[in-house]
Amino acid sequence: MTAVVPPPAATVDAVARNRVRRSVRRRLVITVLAVLVAAAFVVTLMVGRTFYPLDEVVRVVLGERVPGASFTVGRLRLPRGVLALVAGLAFGLAGVTFQTMLRNPLASPDVIGITSGAGAAAVFGIVILSLGGTAVSTVAVAAALGVALVIYLLSFRGGVAGTRLILIGIGVGAMLNSVTSYVLTRAGQWDYQEALRWLTGSLNGATWEAVAPALVALLVLGPVLLGQSRNLSALQLGDDTAAALGVRVERTRLIAIVCAVGVIAFATAACGPIAFVSFLAGPIAARIVGPNGSLLVPAALVGALLVLVADLVGQFALDTRYPVGVITGVLGAPYLIYLIIRTNRAGGSL
Amino acid sequence: MTSVDSVPTPGAALVRRPGSVRFLWLLAVVAALGLLMAASVAIGSRGVGWSDILAALGGSSETIEEAAVTKRIPRTVLAVVVGGALGLAGAVMQGVTRNPLADPGVLGINMGASLAVVAGIAWFGLFSATSIIVTAIFGAALAAVFVYAVGSLGRGGPTPLKLALAGAATSAALTSFITAIVLPRGDIAANVQSFQVGGVGGATFATITPVLPFLAVGLVISLLSARSLNSLALGDELAAGLGERVALARGVAALGSVLLCGAATAVAGPIWFVGLVVPHLCRLLVGVDHRWLLPFSALTGACLLVASDVIGRIVARPGELDVGIVTALVGAPFFIAVVRRQKVREL
Amino acid sequence: MTATHSLAAEELTLAYGERLVIEGLDLVVPAGSITAIVGANACGKSTLLRSMSRLLSPRAGRVLLDGKAVHRMPAKELARTLGLLPQSPIAPEGITVADLVGRGRHPYQGVFSRWSREDDAAVAAALEATQTTTLADRAVDELSGGQRQRVWIAMALAQQTDLLLLDEPTTFLDVAHQVEVLDLLTDLNRTRGTTIVMVLHDLNLAARYADHLVALAAGQIHAAGTPAQVLTEDCVRAVFGLDSRVIEDPTSGAPLMLPLGRHHVDTPAEVSPRG
Repeated sequence: MTAVVPPPAATVDAVARNRVRRSVRRRLVITVLAVLVAAAFVVTLMVGRTFYPLDEVVRVVLGERVPGASFTVGRLRLPRGVLALVAGLAFGLAGVTFQTMLRNPLASPDVIGITSGAGAAAVFGIVILSLGGTAVSTVAVAAALGVALVIYLLSFRGGVAGTRLILIGIGVGAMLNSVTSYVLTRAGQWDYQEALRWLTGSLNGATWEAVAPALVALLVLGPVLLGQSRNLSALQLGDDTAAALGVRVERTRLIAIVCAVGVIAFATAACGPIAFVSFLAGPIAARIVGPNGSLLVPAALVGALLVLVADLVGQFALDTRYPVGVITGVLGAPYLIYLIIRTNRAGGSL
Repeated sequence: MTSVDSVPTPGAALVRRPGSVRFLWLLAVVAALGLLMAASVAIGSRGVGWSDILAALGGSSETIEEAAVTKRIPRTVLAVVVGGALGLAGAVMQGVTRNPLADPGVLGINMGASLAVVAGIAWFGLFSATSIIVTAIFGAALAAVFVYAVGSLGRGGPTPLKLALAGAATSAALTSFITAIVLPRGDIAANVQSFQVGGVGGATFATITPVLPFLAVGLVISLLSARSLNSLALGDELAAGLGERVALARGVAALGSVLLCGAATAVAGPIWFVGLVVPHLCRLLVGVDHRWLLPFSALTGACLLVASDVIGRIVARPGELDVGIVTALVGAPFFIAVVRRQKVREL
Repeated sequence: MTATHSLAAEELTLAYGERLVIEGLDLVVPAGSITAIVGANACGKSTLLRSMSRLLSPRAGRVLLDGKAVHRMPAKELARTLGLLPQSPIAPEGITVADLVGRGRHPYQGVFSRWSREDDAAVAAALEATQTTTLADRAVDELSGGQRQRVWIAMALAQQTDLLLLDEPTTFLDVAHQVEVLDLLTDLNRTRGTTIVMVLHDLNLAARYADHLVALAAGQIHAAGTPAQVLTEDCVRAVFGLDSRVIEDPTSGAPLMLPLGRHHVDTPAEVSPRG
C-alpha cells in the first residue's frame, strides 16, 4: 500500500541523506579496520629474531624461494600469522553474533562457557585420547555445540531469559575450566605453558595442520553468518517485533548458533580460547561504528586486529614472551569491569 | 531489589524448626564430620591398615604406611579448618548481601587474596607465614569492597546478576594478572602454584598454626553478627526500623567473612563454591535463623571440604586431584540449580 | 488503496504448555475499522493478539487472513500485510529514530537487495504521519515515553501494512500521551483505511476510540459489538467482577463506565443487587 498523501520530497531526501551518512561512516570504519588488520598481519611476518623487509616477505607469500626467509617466514611466521588472523576473525564474528542475538554484550561465548567447552574437549582429546589434527577439531566442535545446547536447555524455564542464561553460562564455564585443569594434572604433564594454551589461548607452535580446519570452517560458516546479518539486526528489537517483521526467529537463531559455535570451536581447537577476544570485539566495534548497521564485519576485523596486535605485544614488546591470551586477558578483564560499571550506572540492560 | 522473599527456600523459611529437630541435625552433622575425618586419615593413594593408623595417631612414623598417615593428619585438620571457614564466610556473605549467589569464590574475593599473595611473593619477597596471611586478608578485603561497590551501582542495588557478574569479571581480571606476574618468574612458580588452584595437600601443622588466630577472630566476629544478619534479612529499611545500625552491622559481618576467607585462601589457595553450597543446604536443615545457620554452615563446610579432598584422592589414583577442582565440579551444578530456582525478576 | 483484507479466528485454541488460555474462540475483525480487545488481567487478550499475528501457533483452530491460515503463510509475505507492535519492544542502545523506523522495511528486503528510493519514501511517510520527522537524528533512548511510542508506531507504519495489531500501545504513558497515541491511530484509520486491532487496558478509552469492542473473559468472547452494545453494567460485572454504573459520555456519546467501590458511593445498595 502506498501512502494516501505522498510524503514531502524534502523529508524523503532528508531520510536518504541520513541513511547515506550512516552507511558511509560504517564503510569508512570497515575500510580503515581492514587496512590496519592487513598492516598488523604483514608486520607479524616481518619482525622476529631476524627482520625481513617487506619485499622479501611478499615474495615468500607469493610462493617464491628466498634463502632464509622462506623457512622463517613461510614455515614459522606465516602459519602463526594466519592462525592469528583466522582466530581473531572467528572469535570476533562469533562473539558479536551471540551478543546481538541475545541482546547483551555479556552473552559472548567466552563469558557463557562455550569456548571453555571447546577448550576442555580439545584438551581431553589431546591428553587422554591422544587425538590430533581434525579429530581434535571434531571433538571440540561437538563439545561446544553440546555445551551451547546444555546451557540453552538449562536456562529454559518458560522461555529463555538472558540473565539466567548468562549466570548459568558462568557456572558451566567454571566447571569446564576445572575439567581442563583436571585433565592437565591427571596426565601428569602440568606444563605451565601448555596449560596456559588451553586456559587462556596461545599461538605458539602454530602449524598448517592446526590452522587448516579453522580456516576452512571460517570460509564455509562465516558467509552463512553474514547472510543472516539483517535477520540478526531485526532480532535486536525483540523476538516479537522481529517475528512481526517477517523474521523466522527460531530458524535464524538456530543457524546463528550453529555457525557461530562452529567457527569458534574450530578456532579454539587450534589455539585455545584466546581470552576475552570474542567478548571485546563487539563492544569495541559498536563504539567505533556507532549505531549504523550490522556489526558482524567490523567486529570480526576488530577481533583479528586484537589478536594480531596482542600477539606482537606478547612476543616482542615486553621482557618476557607472553602467550597472546595473557595479553588479551589483562586488557580485556578491566574493560569487562568498566562495561559492567557503565551499564549498572545507566541502570538498563546492556 | 531482593527482599525477604528471595531467601531461596521459602518453604523452610516459613517453618519454625523445633529445637529438638535442630539438635538432632547438629548431632548428625558432627557425627558425619567425625566419620569423614576418619575416612580422610584412612583413605589415600596408598592403602594402610588400622594398626598403622593407630600407631601414627600415637605419634609413630616408622613404617612408610605410618608416615603416610602422619602426613594425612594435618591435611585433614587443614581441610576441616578451611572448609569450616569458607562455609561460615559464605553464610555470612549471603546474609550481608541478601544474595543467594554470594560465595567467596563467585564474588572474586579468593582471587583477590591470591593476587595479593602472588604479587607480595613476586615483588616484595614475602616469606613469613603471618605476612602472607595478612596480605591475603588485605587482598580479600579490597576485592570484596570493589566487587560489592561495582555490583551495587545503579538501579535495584546488588542484585544476584550484578554481583555475580562483577565477581566473575573481577576473578577473570585477577586471574589474568596472576598469570602475567607468575609467567616470567620461573623461580617462584612452584611457590605460587598453590595460589592458582586451591588444595590442602602437603599441609603440616607448622603451616596451619599461624592462620588459626586470624580464623578464630573471624569466627567470633561472624558468630556475633548472627542477630544483626537476622534483622538485615528483612531489608535495610525494616532493619533500621527495628533499631539496627545497618551500615555498621553490615560492615562488621563483612569484616568477619573477609577475615575467614582471606585467611583460608592464604593456607589453601582459592576454593570455589563451598561458601555457596553449604548455606543453602543448611537452610534446608535448620531454617533461616542465622544463630543456627552460621554454626551449621561452619560444620557442614568442614564436612564438604574433607569429603571433596577424599574424593580427589580416590578418583585420580595413583595421583591426586586438588580439592579446588573437586569443589568446582561439585559446586557448579549446584550454582546452576540455584540460578534456575530464582525468578527472572529477582536476578 | 482501501483496506479489504479480512482477519478472523476460527475455533481458535491457544495454550502455553499445559495451560489452556483460549478455547474454541471465533472472532471476525471488521475490515477498515478500529477494534479494541478488553478484559481482566490474564484473560488471554495479549495471547489472542500474538496468535493473530502468528507469534503463537494455535493448539487447534486457525487464524485466517483473506481466507488463508496465517501460520502457513511465508513470513515476509505476511509481514507486508499485517504489522504488530508488541507490548514492550526493545530499542538497541543508541539507535537513532530514522534507523529504527528503517528497520520496518525488513520484509521488503532480501539478502542482497539494496535500499531503494521507495524504502526512503516509506520511512519518510511514516515519520511524517507520526510527526517524528524532526526527531529523525535523535537517539531513541533519549526520547520521552510518548515520543518513543510514536516512533515505534512509525516503525510499524514503515512496514506499510493494511492491518496493524497493537498490544497495549498506551501502557506506561500518562493520560495526555495515551490520548495522543489513540488520536494518531484514529488518524491512520480514517485517512488510510488501516484496519487496527489493539489490546487496551482502559475501558473508557477503548469505548471512546473503538468502532468495535471485544470483551474477553476466561479465554472466551463474552461480548462483541459496538461499544454501546458491549459496555454495559452486566458486562463489566461478568468480565471484571466489578459493580459499576455506565452512563453516556457527555463529550462523545460513547458509554462511560464508573466503578462502584464499597465507599464514596451515594446509593450502592440500589445498584449492586440488580442482575
